[in-house]
Amino acid sequence: MNQNDDSRESSNELLSEPQGHPRFYQMLVLTLAFTSGFIIMSIELLGGRILAPYFGSSIYVWGSIITIFMMSLAIGYLTGGRLSTNQPNLQRYGFFYAGAAITLLPTIIFGEQIMDFVFLRIEDPRYGSLVASTFLFFIPTSILGMIAPYSVRLLVANAYESGRIAGSLYFVSTLGSALGTLATSFYLVLWFEVNQILYTMVAVLITCALAAILFHGAINDPVKKEIR
Amino acid sequence: MRTFLLALLCAVFLLPCAYGKDIHKEKSLYRNILVKESNGLRCLVFTVKRGDRNQTCMDLSDPKRLVFPYVRMSFGGLLLNDNPSSILIVGLGGGSIPVTLTAMFPAAEITIVEIDPAVLRVAERFFDFKETQNMKVELVDARVFAKRAGLKGKTYDFIILDAFTGDYIPEHLMTAEFLSETQALLTDDGVLVANTFSTSKLYDHESVTYQQVFGDYLNFKMANTGNRVIIASQQPLPSKFYLRSKAKQFAAMLDNYGVDIMTYPNRMSRKKDWDASSKPLTDQFNPANLLQGGS
Repeated sequence: MNQNDDSRESSNELLSEPQGHPRFYQMLVLTLAFTSGFIIMSIELLGGRILAPYFGSSIYVWGSIITIFMMSLAIGYLTGGRLSTNQPNLQRYGFFYAGAAITLLPTIIFGEQIMDFVFLRIEDPRYGSLVASTFLFFIPTSILGMIAPYSVRLLVANAYESGRIAGSLYFVSTLGSALGTLATSFYLVLWFEVNQILYTMVAVLITCALAAILFHGAINDPVKKEIR
Repeated sequence: MRTFLLALLCAVFLLPCAYGKDIHKEKSLYRNILVKESNGLRCLVFTVKRGDRNQTCMDLSDPKRLVFPYVRMSFGGLLLNDNPSSILIVGLGGGSIPVTLTAMFPAAEITIVEIDPAVLRVAERFFDFKETQNMKVELVDARVFAKRAGLKGKTYDFIILDAFTGDYIPEHLMTAEFLSETQALLTDDGVLVANTFSTSKLYDHESVTYQQVFGDYLNFKMANTGNRVIIASQQPLPSKFYLRSKAKQFAAMLDNYGVDIMTYPNRMSRKKDWDASSKPLTDQFNPANLLQGGS
């Protein structure tokens, strides 16, 4: 049924420039997407710090981290895209942030035990770091990956503007990633401990979740109306 | 990412700075390696960012002579343990420290931990380094080695940490946790010698970190070097009188290598000349490279 809706949308609205979503709603989603981009890369960089005591800081450790982040983002994109076809709204969007925050906690609290476990069983630091990265980062990063395609769905009101909106979203979330990388590697590690930064990330994710969920109730969620 | 930037910097700065005759150049996973010869010295150079950074030099007319002050200073640790039987050296360089130690103590078992296979190849080809029955190289990250060695219950009575190349510090080898793991590898009469920095903000942080793990240690500095050698012991630190008597014992033997050990005891200080309120470096907090930059 949704498919019918979508195809009607595109055939009717492709030629004329229709009204998009309310400005505030757009800004909210873009801001949240920016934040998730920032946090993904911040965690990725801290991953190097977290793994170094067990597996060193050689190129293969970075290889493991980047591989696992790319894999989990790929799976996140796929899953997020699928989930976006089922009654997308801000509240569900908020649950992604909450889920990422909650699944990041074991990484902070039990990180050492997890790495001890892997270190004792896998001699080769290449596979050790790959397996440890999987345990530590796969789930939270996958959930953060779901946010990108879901954001597209929340903002796109019609086919005409779909490319422009996807472009804006890539722009803000990748800008967030760039700034997250820079801030973490240049400054945050100089000012704070690794776990302090990670707990702050959890707090920020929770704030994003609350913002999305509260505004879902407060403002008239446009996508809510759109799908019937 | 950091490795890449480092490689880029090296590439930009290596060429114009090199003087003398370059006899070997190699780009390894971890660094650019250059072997050059000038004025009868053959030197291994790792990075040349701010001036020359010779890692090891060999005097071609007198290969036994230890050319660099900090290399010679490492032998100051022998004043606290005069007959080591199992030695761990972190960082191979040109291999001058292990080669000298194995000549002095042929029966001692020496393990050298080096992360970079290219450094081993260069040491063998250009610096007369050879593994022997009693002297073996393990190509592994020192942190990984220390953790595994601890699990296997290995111990050493003389440990030399020499993993810092001057420009870039492997930060995970400069934390309280790493030092604790290394301390756990020391025998009851074991001695640890660490070649560290004496300049920049890092000096305070590093000093506090060693103090936290090992308690009081001998802070060993010589004039005209940017190096500071930390000598820590599992036993209470010996008196200056004791150090002098031990120096006498080694004087003749170390003279062959150009080590003027008799001048060392007076340079080994217990004075805490650092800012004790500095934050210790840990796995959680360790911007060592940033601290070193902001001197």
